[in-house]
This record gives sequence, C-alpha cells and structure tokens, in this order.
Amino acid sequence: MSKRPIRILGLAPEAWPRLLMPLMMGMLLLGAWEFAVRHFGVPPYVLPGPLSIGDALVTNWPSLAAALMVTLRITVLALLVAVTAGVVLAVLFSQSKWVEMTFLPYAVILQVTPIVAIAPLIIIWVDNVQAALLICAWIVAFFPIVSNTTIGLNSTDRNLVDLFRLYGATRWQTLVHLRLPAAMPFFLAGLRISGGLALIGAIVAEFVAGAGGASSGLAYRILEAGYQLQIPRMFAALALISLAGVVIFLALSLLSHLILRRWHESALSPDR
Amino acid sequence: MPHPPLTETQGPGPAGTMPPAGGAVVSLRDVTKRYPNGTLAVEGLDLDIAAGSFVSLLGPSGCGKSTVLRMMAGLAPLTAGHIAWPQAAPRLGFVFQEPTLMPWQTALDNVALPLKLSGMARAGRHRRAREMLALVGLAEAAGRYPRELSGGMKMRVSIARALATEPDLLLLDEPFAALDEITRFRLNNDLLRLWEAHRFSAVFVTHSVFESVYLSQRVVVMAAGPGRLFADLPIEAPAARDEAFRTSPHYAALCRTVSEALAGGMAA
Repeated sequence: MSKRPIRILGLAPEAWPRLLMPLMMGMLLLGAWEFAVRHFGVPPYVLPGPLSIGDALVTNWPSLAAALMVTLRITVLALLVAVTAGVVLAVLFSQSKWVEMTFLPYAVILQVTPIVAIAPLIIIWVDNVQAALLICAWIVAFFPIVSNTTIGLNSTDRNLVDLFRLYGATRWQTLVHLRLPAAMPFFLAGLRISGGLALIGAIVAEFVAGAGGASSGLAYRILEAGYQLQIPRMFAALALISLAGVVIFLALSLLSHLILRRWHESALSPDR
Repeated sequence: MPHPPLTETQGPGPAGTMPPAGGAVVSLRDVTKRYPNGTLAVEGLDLDIAAGSFVSLLGPSGCGKSTVLRMMAGLAPLTAGHIAWPQAAPRLGFVFQEPTLMPWQTALDNVALPLKLSGMARAGRHRRAREMLALVGLAEAAGRYPRELSGGMKMRVSIARALATEPDLLLLDEPFAALDEITRFRLNNDLLRLWEAHRFSAVFVTHSVFESVYLSQRVVVMAAGPGRLFADLPIEAPAARDEAFRTSPHYAALCRTVSEALAGGMAA
C-alpha cells in the first residue's frame, strides 16, 4: 500500500485488455455485419446494416431522445420506489417473523407472475398511463431488493448481535448500527439486478400499453417503426434500450464499488 | 457518561492479593444449564471470581466452559441456580474467539462501539478509543479497516474494545485459539502486561494448560458430561511473568499439576 500503482487514464495497465478486447470484438462483428449486408444485398427492411442504423439514429434523434428520457424517467422512478418499499418491507420482515410469514408469499407471487400477463390488467385499472407503467416497472424491480435485503438483515454475525446485546443496545441501535450496514452488500447486489429489471418492466409495460403521443417511450417507438417498416429506426431504438441498460448497470456497479471498497471482499481489487 | 482513565484503581474491592470474602465481583451458585434438546451442559456450578483476579476456566471441549461464560455475560439464560453481582449494573467486556469486528468500521470506531451504544458523544468516545488502541500497541492503525489488519491485530482491537468501557469483569472466550503460536505468545504477554497495569477482573476460557498457567492467578478445571467444577488450583508464581518464567522449572511443575488435574477431570 506504500507504492502508488501505475495508471493509464485512471485505469491500471492490466485493466485495459478487459476494456479493449470486447470493444475490438464489437468493431469486428459490426464490420462483418455491414460487409455481409452489402455483399449479399440484404434489403434494409429485413436487416439494415450498422451504418444505416447509425444514420437512422442521427436522423430521428429528437424523437428517440425524447422517448429515451420518458423510458428512463419511468425506470428511475420505479427503481426509487422499489428501493424504498423494498428496504422498508425487508426491515419489517427482519423485525418480526410473523410479518415475514404473512407477507413473503405474496411478494413471491408478485415476482413469479409474468409482468406481461398482469400489465394489461394494471393498464385497465389505472387511468393514468404513466402511473400504470410505473406500477408495472416497480413490480418487477421490487422483489430482488426485498429478498436480498431480507437475507442480508438476517445473516448478521451472531457474535456481533450478542455483543450489541451485551452492551444493552436498543432494537433501533442494533438495526441502524449493525443489521443495516451488514445487509448493505446484499442490498447492493439486489439493486444491480433490480436496475436492469426496472428497465425491462418499463419497456414491457409500454409495449402492452401501446400508448402513443408526445409522452411515449422507446418501446412505442419500436412498435411505431415496425408498423411503418422503418427497420433501421427500430434497431436504433433497440440500441438505445441496450445502451440505457448497460449504463444503468455500470452506474449501480460504480455506486456499489464506492460504498463497499473499504471493507467488503467483493470490492477487493484482484491484485491485493 | 464520564469514563475515568484506566490508570486509576478500579473495581469494588482492593486490587492485588487475595481479596477478603465478599470481595467477589461475581458469584455463581448452583448454576445449571440444560439445552432445549435435553443435554445437561453445566450442573450445580459454584464459583466466585475475586475482584481484580485473573481466573482461567480450563477444560476439554464440551465441558460447558463457554456456556458458563455466556451465562455470566447474560447471553444465555440459566436453567437453575443464580448469578449474583454485588455491584449494581456491573459493566462487562467480552472477547470472542473470533475478533468479531464490524468490517464497515475503522479500528477506532470498532473500539468506540460500546461507548457509542451507551450514548457517549463522538469526541469523547474517539479520544477514549485512541487511548485504548495505544494501550494495545495499535495507535497507528486507528484509521484502518479490519480487512487491512492481521489476525493478531484484529484480536488486539477486540481486546481494546472490551476494555474501553472499563469493565468490572472481562470475559474472554478462547480469544487466542485461532491464532498461530508466535502471535499467541505475544498476545499472552500483552494481556498480562495490561492486567498487571490495570488489575481488572478477568475470566479466561481456554483449553490450553500452558496458557492458563502462564496467565492466571487461579485455574478452575472443569470436567465434562455434565460440565462441573473439578479442581480449583491457585497459581503461585512470581509477580513478573515473562519468558524467564515460561521456561522455569517452577512453571513446568505448575503445568504438570494442572495437567494432572485436567486428566483427572477427564477420567472422572
């Protein structure tokens, strides 16, 4: 820990291949794709080449960017509500076996029921489309946070629990100073899963709702482009969804790393 | 809550040699523990711990010595008998076999934990925790996290935490059993130095004859099945316990006596 490691643009030299190899692979695949499309004369309404997709992305940027913002807004809101409700419920579970016994099965039912199957009902029941989308995304994102945080809260070191008892800690002190910090790695692992699921939930709900208009998200742009056989635009919207998912995952991974880097095994750099 | 520095004389009774009757920091009477599955872990145990004394509970595994310690700490209920504390609301310190540190807190905050739980203000508890870390030779490691510390250092932090509240009784449950022998010797010496300087009352659970003789003024040998008191041996030894004592014939003789008692307990 005395010598400062060498870094290139903030990354250790050994870390660069992890970044460059997949990037090169991606470039190679895109090149092969473009070549194949041109060489075999595949019409763009069957499979557009990467260049024409990029072109569609630039041409349709205003509408696509607006749609991206709509979808991201639903995703982030759903994730926030899922985190709040999930952590509160997990704390209640950890405080009382009775609450856990009573409510856990319903959380499981909510989780195992495919969102595509319940989304139409929710959209019928809830007048406000945005609210309906939010509920769908929330249902999908909610479970990993509840279940992971509950496991974390219950797997606190028994000796530390005893130590808190010995020093006469209140229930609240034990929760705040022991159980919640101990559950943090579990919660963060759940959060990373939920981030991706919230996006999937939002997209699925948008598909089912099929709502057009100014406040429509990326899924509707895909449907719309499909109806109009504008396949490059469809691919452009799809690429944006993937990109959004990757960015969400990276952001949550970074958050997790920043919180855990000082103390948790999962955040240890491999060279230590 | 003010915490006077450890250098002051502490404990209700006079520190040092055999305290008078009534100078016990804790008295166990007819203590019995039966587990829910029917196993009789401890039966009819009577034990007084004199204030300011260092007592080892020695016995084979399964003799209930850790259970006795947990009952004294209030972490396990008694099936029968009672434990009397002459002093109202006695302060306890507990050192587990594992360091049992919170990995998300620095060494300093781990040591300050008992003070934080008792409502002491941040500045005060940090000052006290720094003193305690200095006492166990870890002043430099205050800002480090447990995973940045070696096994021996973690155990020192654990001991510093147990001493932070200036306990009336320090309970140690095989604290050095998981450490390598060299580290173990070092920590034995450190614990002795701390005890000689501050004369806290301590109950030390171990299955090592050598460790119990080296550290204690009194070794209580327990027998298993059910756990009970088998022998109660005073360890008369020079004031200065060090490497010279560890290699002396006197030490060897004491170890033999205790060993024979332990063997007797296991045969009984």
